[in-house]
Amino acid sequence: MISAKNVSKTYGSKAALAPTTLSLSPGKTTVLIGPSGCGKSTLLRILIGLIRPDTGQIVIGDTPLTPQNAESQRHAIGYVIQDGGLFPHLTAEQNIVLLARFLGSSAAEIDVRIAELAGLVQLPEESLSRYPSALSGGQRQRVGLMRALMLDPPLLLLDEPLGALDPITRSELQTQLKNIFAQLNKTVVLVTHDMGEAAYFGDTIILMRDGKIVQSGTLDDLLHRPAERYVTDFIRAQRSPLPSMPEVNA
Amino acid sequence: MKTPIPVTSRRPQSNCTRLPPLRGRRARIRKDWLLTSGSPLPFLWGWGLFLVFLAVPAVAQKPTLHIGSKRFAESRILGEILTQIARKTGEADAVHSSGLGNTGIVFAALENGSIDVYPEYTGTISQELLKSKETLTATQMNDKLAPLSLAAGIPIGFNDTYALAMRDDQAETLHIKTLSDLAKHPELKIGLSQEFLKRADGWPGVKAAYALPFGSPSGLDHGLAYGALANGQIDVTDIYSTDSKIAKYKLRVLNDDKHYFPAYDAVLLYRKDLPTRLPKTWAAWTALQNTITAPQMIKLNAEVEINNLAPDTVAKAYLSGGMTKATRETLWSALFAADFWPETRQHLFLVFASLALSILVGIPLGIWAARTRAAAQPILSITGLVQTIPSLALLAFLIALLHRIGPVPTITALFLYSLLPIVRNTYTGLTDISPTLCESAQALGLPSAARLRLVELPLASRAIFAGIKTAAVINVGTATIAAFVGAGGYGDRITQGLENNDNLLLLAGAIPAAVLALLVQYGFDLLDKAVVPKGLR
Repeated sequence: MISAKNVSKTYGSKAALAPTTLSLSPGKTTVLIGPSGCGKSTLLRILIGLIRPDTGQIVIGDTPLTPQNAESQRHAIGYVIQDGGLFPHLTAEQNIVLLARFLGSSAAEIDVRIAELAGLVQLPEESLSRYPSALSGGQRQRVGLMRALMLDPPLLLLDEPLGALDPITRSELQTQLKNIFAQLNKTVVLVTHDMGEAAYFGDTIILMRDGKIVQSGTLDDLLHRPAERYVTDFIRAQRSPLPSMPEVNA
Repeated sequence: MKTPIPVTSRRPQSNCTRLPPLRGRRARIRKDWLLTSGSPLPFLWGWGLFLVFLAVPAVAQKPTLHIGSKRFAESRILGEILTQIARKTGEADAVHSSGLGNTGIVFAALENGSIDVYPEYTGTISQELLKSKETLTATQMNDKLAPLSLAAGIPIGFNDTYALAMRDDQAETLHIKTLSDLAKHPELKIGLSQEFLKRADGWPGVKAAYALPFGSPSGLDHGLAYGALANGQIDVTDIYSTDSKIAKYKLRVLNDDKHYFPAYDAVLLYRKDLPTRLPKTWAAWTALQNTITAPQMIKLNAEVEINNLAPDTVAKAYLSGGMTKATRETLWSALFAADFWPETRQHLFLVFASLALSILVGIPLGIWAARTRAAAQPILSITGLVQTIPSLALLAFLIALLHRIGPVPTITALFLYSLLPIVRNTYTGLTDISPTLCESAQALGLPSAARLRLVELPLASRAIFAGIKTAAVINVGTATIAAFVGAGGYGDRITQGLENNDNLLLLAGAIPAAVLALLVQYGFDLLDKAVVPKGLR
């Protein structure tokens, strides 16, 4: 599927990411979590080739990711960022179909796919002709997701996708997203700093700190078999009222 | 389902940038380019240069005779007299490129054959053009002009040299007729133009030659000297000996009894082959020899400079032996004189042809600067540097380079001046796009060229369009420099108005230029809605 071998990145004298090796389980959701500046976004952006690692490489399928093949490789990856990253000069629909149209998909194919995706993310038809500035935060995020899913990529990378939403919309979208991931059987990497969100989505949770992976495992592993004290501290520090967050032993 | 992709810049037609081979030294331009075309206003996106070169080699049945003149009334009148005489012979189509200027530009135009002849002064030919220390005789002059395929001849009859002048009544009372007489009156107050004060053949020389007993005279603007002299603030000033103000202010020109000042006899400076090429015209001009005296020239100059008649009207009246009164009386009639539409067309053509070129070149340069870090600084510096070149210097350089006067060097100059706002705004527009959006486009897997076309240029379109709008409005004003090189436009009226203190003519040029600038701005505001994607407004 997709794996990172020994990738690292240094800015000046600061190591944004220490050499890291990572392999993602197909069809599962992996959550990267940690405090600001822990290297989780850097790792995600290295995975899609937006940042070129100083060492190591990314392998997608059997092919190493290079600057030369990055464009075509990215067609197999859906990428969603906070607030959707929509282009303000295009309508929702134009945003969604931009790449498919560029690659020469037929109008009929595109129409079918848009209807399908709008149903999947529950986006009302009339929103499609609106510009991003006329959409609500939740709608923008749904459109961003439709754009990422347009070519039906096997891999989905999401960088704090719900970070800018109010709690109600956020919770709604979390439920929807989880259903969609399960329904489509995508391999998903989701970056968040919210432990509740990590617990809700993550088949595997990777906790990072100072450019290094502290622990990688299931929620149960992190709760009951913390690799070090920091794991427990981090989980506790979230103070989440969600019932799915059981009390932890110190 | 239709999903339009926004377009920010029309792609150039490749034929617009293809240059025809230079037609060498004898390349000509028609001064009446566009006057003859009955086509609607050329709104020239991408067609600019192509049309210029179409307009240039207009096929004439008769040979065309190009007469030039400099940017002051006397030269323009003489140019008109030559033109009208030539037209009467019917030998050639005589075209007058009136008011070219400065001397460097007119001479360059003559050297490269853009014009065939213009009125010049022997002193200027000797000292400024041939760089000789002393005044040359006619034979010496022609010996030195021959290698340039040029010649000087047909003295018109008057000497327009430097002179010192006083109020006639005061000179009469003090019995001052000559410069030697002036030396006996150290009590007189003297005020001189800055140029005369500084020139070696001006004040320092004449002071020494006559042992003039004046310490350090005050320097003042030439235009103000007459008033100062008239109301008694000064008693003596320098003037040109055919100055029209001599009669108006009742001045006495002091006789240069030691012949200190070099002669500035008016003659024709022409392409050497002209007498053989157009023998009938040449014969008609020869009859002009020694026919206009200094007092006559003063009168003709006064018709233009004081009575605000057009040089062609004055020339016509002179040739028919009488002075007709045909003053432009109202601003309205001056505004909508017969040349209004031709000048408007010329002006629009200059503005939009050069704008089209700077869009075609400026946007790619801006993209290059935005995408290649190493290219950014040189590109932005050079386009900025162009702005600091004075327009006359740039025009003189372009005339030497392009071997022609008229619209081609003008459009080239305007093109260079309007690059800066377009390049800089394209650069700023592209570099200001939020990194998140750039990454989103990259993460989608769009290739670099597609990202530019589908995402970056549309996002920068607002800034780019603002740059184009700025360039267009500035161009409307700058296009008045066309008057210096015979390319027409409103600049003709403005420069002539300035030369002759003719405020009516000045306004008749400045008002339409201002209105045009407003219209262009308004037009671009409307276009803004078509060009800038809806989501960005």
